[in-house]
Amino acid sequence: MKKTGAQIFVESLVAEGVDTIFCYPGGATLYITDALSDCDIRQIVVRHEQGAVHASDGYARASGKVGVSLVTSGPGATNTVTGIATAYMDSIPIVIFSCQVNTALIGNDAFQEADIVGITRPCTKHNYLVKDVKDLARIIKEAFHIARSGRPGPVLVDIPKDVSASLTEFKYPDKIHIRSYQPTYFGHPGQIQRAMRQIASSKRPVLFTGGGIILSGASNELTKFAEALSIPVTNTLMGLGGFPGNHQLFLGMLGMHGTYAANMAITESDLVIAMGARFDDRATGKIDEFAPHAKVIHVDIDPTSISKNIKVDIPIVGDTKNVLHKMLDILAEDKESFKGFQASIHEWLKKITKWKKDFPLTYQKNGGLKPQYVIERIYELTKGKAIITTEVGQNQMWTAQFYKFLKPRTMLTSGGLGTMGFGFPAAIGAQTAFPRSLVIDIAGDGSIQMNIQELATAVQHRLPVKVVILNNGYLGMVRQWQEFFYEKRYTWTCLPHPDFVKVAEAYGAAGYRIDKEKDVDKVLKEAFRNNQPTFIDVHVDPMECVYPMVPAGASLKEMLLV
Amino acid sequence: MRHIISVLVENEFGVLSRISGLFSGRGFNIESLCVAETLDPTISTMTIVTTGDDAIIEQILKQLNKLINVIKVIDFRDTDYISREMVLVKVNAEEKTREEILRMVEIFRGRIIDVSQKTYTIMITGDEEKLRAFLALVRPLGIKDLVRTGPVAMARGDRTIKMKEKQPKGGNEDG
Ligand SMILES: Cc1ncc(C[n+]2csc(CCOP(=O)(O)OP(=O)(O)O)c2C)c(N)n1
Ligand SMILES: [Mg+2]
Repeated sequence: MKKTGAQIFVESLVAEGVDTIFCYPGGATLYITDALSDCDIRQIVVRHEQGAVHASDGYARASGKVGVSLVTSGPGATNTVTGIATAYMDSIPIVIFSCQVNTALIGNDAFQEADIVGITRPCTKHNYLVKDVKDLARIIKEAFHIARSGRPGPVLVDIPKDVSASLTEFKYPDKIHIRSYQPTYFGHPGQIQRAMRQIASSKRPVLFTGGGIILSGASNELTKFAEALSIPVTNTLMGLGGFPGNHQLFLGMLGMHGTYAANMAITESDLVIAMGARFDDRATGKIDEFAPHAKVIHVDIDPTSISKNIKVDIPIVGDTKNVLHKMLDILAEDKESFKGFQASIHEWLKKITKWKKDFPLTYQKNGGLKPQYVIERIYELTKGKAIITTEVGQNQMWTAQFYKFLKPRTMLTSGGLGTMGFGFPAAIGAQTAFPRSLVIDIAGDGSIQMNIQELATAVQHRLPVKVVILNNGYLGMVRQWQEFFYEKRYTWTCLPHPDFVKVAEAYGAAGYRIDKEKDVDKVLKEAFRNNQPTFIDVHVDPMECVYPMVPAGASLKEMLLV
Repeated sequence: MRHIISVLVENEFGVLSRISGLFSGRGFNIESLCVAETLDPTISTMTIVTTGDDAIIEQILKQLNKLINVIKVIDFRDTDYISREMVLVKVNAEEKTREEILRMVEIFRGRIIDVSQKTYTIMITGDEEKLRAFLALVRPLGIKDLVRTGPVAMARGDRTIKMKEKQPKGGNEDG
């Protein structure tokens, strides 16, 4: 029996095991929208297409499954671009379906036509325009495969309206074959051996791990490996949760707002073992002075990440989980070679312990209510069990510093692109994937207004997301730079904001306000118990800054401390 | 350093812009780019001339390989190869220089493919050096117009480009 493109679309999604999509309708989606009306896929209609993509991204980050969104042509499609670029920079597996004007109209500047395949080419892992309904099922299959395999990433599929209406025989392909795409999963055994020999002869090793550990589900292996050899671990922002934040061997995050111990350990290390991290400038500081005494081992599934920013001594292309497995095997077989290593590592750990003790993350407790305190309390009250999303700015950095992420996929943040407005829709996506979990967006007063309309979505679908707004009345991170580097001229950064409690109530959500330290626990507890979407407007010290700070372009050891 | 790369790609709509977008987006140079179908009509070859130090060339090769539609990237750096380019050049050809031009074209094994009252249009193929030498000779006569194809390249001897598909490699020495 022949089926329409729209029916094929729905059945293909079902075949892929998709349970939820984030969507917004328009003229070009109508056949598909109609076909979706009687199926089991949960459809979360958002209020802005950027929100749909971030929500699918949050769903993917929290669950590890591919997130899916569906939007209309033209403005619907262009509204997705920031969301797609966000997922691309952080290697998040999502598939975005955009609808397109009729095939015959493409290229004619038709009403609501945009060349979305052209627009998103540099910010997708791959994209497709479906020109013939006969290709639809295969393309959907490929899109999901490409999104989730290798180094994951967003894939966009553009479906013209007439294609969604055309008829063809449907069979969802059970095999996939893309002759030009074969990611490398297993590291070269010789290289892994070399790396292990290098580790055995090192005296001051550091594991430097990123989002790749989380994407490949390697966090147990990483922990075992670090423990087996007592190697200290630092994470990039994207790597948080990949290694337990309360672990003795954990140094905290490194980089521009990294801990003293992490940045010093890198600076004095003789061997950096990078895994699933891409040496982003926010993590490395001045690249020429990054780990100046160290050899570098770099494990990454994406060969382009290796030796891109920094010269690598031992490159290993492969999935971090597989490579760590192999390393653990080698370790189990050959304890002998690591005897000397075990004897010397204690000197190094002693030094690190001293750095941790002398320069812990801290903040001045005088003045108003401190945002860092609020985050410490959120950690204590949730026992580190919540799923946390963040916006971008000081709120994000304080969260990275003061919330201890114990498990992978509990810190969802826009690392590479730094997209304000990400956290709230991402929290909605995460809540959809885990209806019973406590999902908290730690936000700023600026960022929350970039996708605040999604409160209507959360209310409609009874998604009890909590938004803790660290309200400093400023675009705080930019203000901080102005304070340090532009003679305290706060141009553009002091913006009036609405009464967030009233906003919440107007949307039919719950709103709380906190001004004093003594109310923090009581109100947070109550808000976290509330089963409605909730805004908690916390008025914090407006002038608080994020420390330590490595000024842009400086080396990691040049930290401004509190 | 100047560098020739051949890229085998799926002969599909949009692939050229993926490649050119990669170069412009990442600030890599393209000196020339030459595209056409191969023996297998589902595959095209792109011959790209680029410049950069070793680290940049390595990134270019890896980034090209990463594109989903790229089947194979051939780096002629480590291979003995031949490359040829074609140039069409229209030069002033007056009574007293016509003889001389004909002789030069002869020596360079070129051909005159169009003639007017005042000009010759010459076609020359060869490697870069040869074309450079020829153009230097005719430049004093006055070049009215010039187009070049950009080079295409092939390995010397029996070696051929195998249509082997990308294999999941175990990584190699240089990642
Ligand atoms: C979409 C977007 N626009 C601009 C920026 C630049 N930017 C980075 S942090 C920041 C301030 C964020 O203010 P707020 O959300 O109040 O957070 P705070 O730093 O005060 O915690 C801005 C404007 C950005 N990251 N994203
Ligand atoms: Mg703020």
